Amino acid sequence: MAGPQNTATVNRRSVKASPAPAGTMATIAPIAAWIFPGLGHFIQRRYIRGLLLMLAVFVMFFTGLGMQGKVYQFNTGDLLDILGFIGDLGAGLLYFVARTMDWGVGNIHRAVADYGTKYIVVAGLLNVIAAVDAYHIAIGKKP
Amino acid sequence: MTFELSHYNAALLFALCASTVFGITQRSTPRDMFRYGAYCFALFAVGVIVASWGMWLIKH
Repeated sequence: MAGPQNTATVNRRSVKASPAPAGTMATIAPIAAWIFPGLGHFIQRRYIRGLLLMLAVFVMFFTGLGMQGKVYQFNTGDLLDILGFIGDLGAGLLYFVARTMDWGVGNIHRAVADYGTKYIVVAGLLNVIAAVDAYHIAIGKKP
Repeated sequence: MTFELSHYNAALLFALCASTVFGITQRSTPRDMFRYGAYCFALFAVGVIVASWGMWLIKH
């Protein structure tokens, strides 16, 4: 049977284990990170991390476009096409710019173009990971 | 503008970018980030070579 002292110890432990209360930054940082790669880290003054993340996502996205990769549109057809769209969407603003400018029409005659398609999808997925990291920084889970 | 990357160069560029993001996001201190990023890059690069030889062996 737990006495008052034991209960206090348990409460102190549970308070210590729980993450810090999510503030405004916890909402803004992941959204900013999704919209523009690296921005979630920049606004939390992690400039070098933000710059490296931005470079990694930008290089992957634009190299993918340079290899004539395909940018997926919203679709309800093939499962892989739907997943491709979700992956592409992770790149945030880059995706919408590419769609607006009609970049990434794809080229089925080049083997490297298929690599480009994967580059673009993975750029979006890496940006999602970066956005989650920005959230972890915002809630104090990571320095 | 189009890029003409060889398969191996494309794989290395992929490894470099992915390793950078993995290193930064999966570790807390700069030293650990660099080490984990380098570890991931090495795994990617070695994995590509091993997979390539594996496919060559299957073909022959």
